[in-house]
Amino acid sequence: MSHFIALYGKRLSSAIITHFWYVVISITIAFIIAFILGILLSRMPRRANLILPVISVFQTIPGIVFIGLLFLYNGMVPSTVVIALTIYAIFPILKNTYVGIINVSEDFKEAAKGCGMSPFQILMKVEVPLALPSIITGLRISTVYTVSWAVLAAMIGLGGLGELIYAGVSSNNNTLIIAGAIPAAIMALLFSLAIDLLRKALIPKQLRRDNK
Amino acid sequence: MTLNMVMSHFYLVAAAVVLTIVIGVPLGILAYFYKSVRKIILWIVEVLQTMPALALLGIIMVFMGAGKPTVIIGLLLYSLLPVVQNTYIGLSEVDPAIKEVAQGMGMTKLYRLWHVEMPIAFPLIFTGVRIATVTSVGTAVFAAFVGGGGLGSLIYRGIRISNMAMILSGTFVLMVMAVGCDGIMSYIEKRLYRRFSPAKPYNE
Amino acid sequence: MIRFEHVSKRYGDSLVLDDLNLEIATGEFTVLIGPSGCGKTTTLKTINRLIEPDKGKIFIDDQDTSQIDKVKLRRSIGYVIQQIGLFPNMTVEQNISVVPKLLNYDKARCNEIVRELLALVNMPYEEYAHKYPSEMSGGQQQRIGVLRALAASPPIVLMDEPFGALDPMTRRILQDEVSKLQKKLNKTIVFVTHDMDEALNMADKIIFMNKGKIVQMAAPEEMLENPADDLIRSFMGKHSIDNESLPQTAADFMRSDIYSCYRNRGVREAIQQMARRKVDTLLVKNLDETYAGTVSIKNIRNHGKDMKTIEPLITQENAVSYVDEDAQVCFDKLLNGQDSYVVVLNHDQTIAGIVTKTSMAKSLADAVWGDSQ
Repeated sequence: MSHFIALYGKRLSSAIITHFWYVVISITIAFIIAFILGILLSRMPRRANLILPVISVFQTIPGIVFIGLLFLYNGMVPSTVVIALTIYAIFPILKNTYVGIINVSEDFKEAAKGCGMSPFQILMKVEVPLALPSIITGLRISTVYTVSWAVLAAMIGLGGLGELIYAGVSSNNNTLIIAGAIPAAIMALLFSLAIDLLRKALIPKQLRRDNK
Repeated sequence: MTLNMVMSHFYLVAAAVVLTIVIGVPLGILAYFYKSVRKIILWIVEVLQTMPALALLGIIMVFMGAGKPTVIIGLLLYSLLPVVQNTYIGLSEVDPAIKEVAQGMGMTKLYRLWHVEMPIAFPLIFTGVRIATVTSVGTAVFAAFVGGGGLGSLIYRGIRISNMAMILSGTFVLMVMAVGCDGIMSYIEKRLYRRFSPAKPYNE
Repeated sequence: MIRFEHVSKRYGDSLVLDDLNLEIATGEFTVLIGPSGCGKTTTLKTINRLIEPDKGKIFIDDQDTSQIDKVKLRRSIGYVIQQIGLFPNMTVEQNISVVPKLLNYDKARCNEIVRELLALVNMPYEEYAHKYPSEMSGGQQQRIGVLRALAASPPIVLMDEPFGALDPMTRRILQDEVSKLQKKLNKTIVFVTHDMDEALNMADKIIFMNKGKIVQMAAPEEMLENPADDLIRSFMGKHSIDNESLPQTAADFMRSDIYSCYRNRGVREAIQQMARRKVDTLLVKNLDETYAGTVSIKNIRNHGKDMKTIEPLITQENAVSYVDEDAQVCFDKLLNGQDSYVVVLNHDQTIAGIVTKTSMAKSLADAVWGDSQ
């Protein structure tokens, strides 16, 4: 073990840090974009039947494709990874924001209108809070995927925990594979744990039931 | 791109899904029957799905070496969550009145499971299988990195030799496959719900 | 025969069954009734061992049920529940043949049973056998629920508020059907309800329970005549015979759902009203709502065809009574006069209602029934 740390310790810690920042930056940008887009889309609910399938189809594109294509355009710079991961992470959050808001019962909106709330107030005080469970579920899916796809950053030589896994796979070095895979797995678990805590903090118990 | 690649991709997904059903449904039933193992089973499948796919494949590869079995096992572990969870939820949400009357009529636990609870839970289990299938089509792309073949290797090669057409054609086929699986299975699912759901009248 | 010997059941701190002793004779229709939480459903479910008692024994035909294999026991006892519980994944035919199949009857026999049972409730086999439960109304579903319980000819059938979820009309019809079936097939039925009407309608014997104990066990007649305590009396409600509350005044017998019109209305309008309501006279009121008199179709036909309003045709010959007038006096007016009803007025001269011969007949019947005790 001490031998391992002496040999790979530095490489591992820098890989973890790189990986972590890829995820945090991508998810933050993706969340802001997806949240706003989701709200905008929810203002035109008649197009729901068109919009939803399109989002779902885009969601079937594997993250590797975004990374690959951007790599060809943008070259081997960290922004390639961040942009690719961001685009990929947008879809689940966007879909869940949109669906969450659309599914808020007319009754509540009607009641809010009756109380004299402006459309913006209705959005922020009624629709978004009620859609929150769904939005956070989307955030969780996106985050877990992003940790997963960030492994591919190494594919184009841009570091992260994937680098260790790649090196391990190509040199048949099991220690290296494990050294990359275990921290990646732990990181994913910690992120999802953090989001669970966030959900507990943000959503009253009674609203939490149906959203895993 | 060759038909071979599409077929091998399809093979990986199909094998994984079949195994997922064979293992996931019994696990769901166990979770339903035995409270003691319920939490553990549901927790494990959730953790498995949270793990990055490539990390999971890497770990399996350490034990199994490169190749298709590694990919299939990886996909299987990755797909367990929707199947196990839906089996468990489907069974536990069968109307308690129906369970009681089945018991009151003298059905044994297993007879009841097989003839009443499973048929009623079946549509929801099928939904789980659909989700697992569609997710597997996408995840199977990782097979390329652990020597499993499939469409992932096409895309991967396209990236390495900067061949846009290759990347896009691989992606397109992949999307068609995912959307196609989703469409066909959603259609079957709707018919199942219509047939079994006591809430919605069944007319034909 | 079903016999309970010192049966007790406790959930946490509450004693649901408290040293219960009772006997249910073969072929008898026994109804368990009482307020919610009284232990009636628990009692029922201990018979097919869905609930195991903590203490005591239950015997069916002198055999201790705790010694019989649960599954076997249940297959020999029919079971119907309030939520109906038809298996949504099975057709009517499959639902009815569940227990016969469990007992390994062959296919032909199962089919024969289904046909016989459907015929009993006038549901044609061709039309219903292949339907799914979701395609039928609640009443039809519960008929099938009852048939399913009868399918393997169990000598005993347990019914747990089987008609509780049905509308009053359907409930009545099913009560009659089940009563007939019971007499015809000579089953021992144990039936739980909280509806005294239902109990009186169906039972050979009513067992009234409260707080896990039997308060009274009696035939319907006897329970009506001598309710053991106030709780039972209140359950009986309108059925109980209590002289003190016998209605005494005209107000107690009148119909208040009556129609009246103002005196300045047109003749044609009055005729239309009579036609619509199928009556031959109308009550007429002044513009200040006080009683003005009546207008009859006869009067209109004789004199009123070319009159504009009904005003000149109003007569005040109809018998009148006041709300607090003694019912007896009011009835006398009705019997001695020519009118088909007596108009009942409030003291401010507004119309309160009418007393008809039907309302009188009803009170007389009550009086006769009252005298019989």
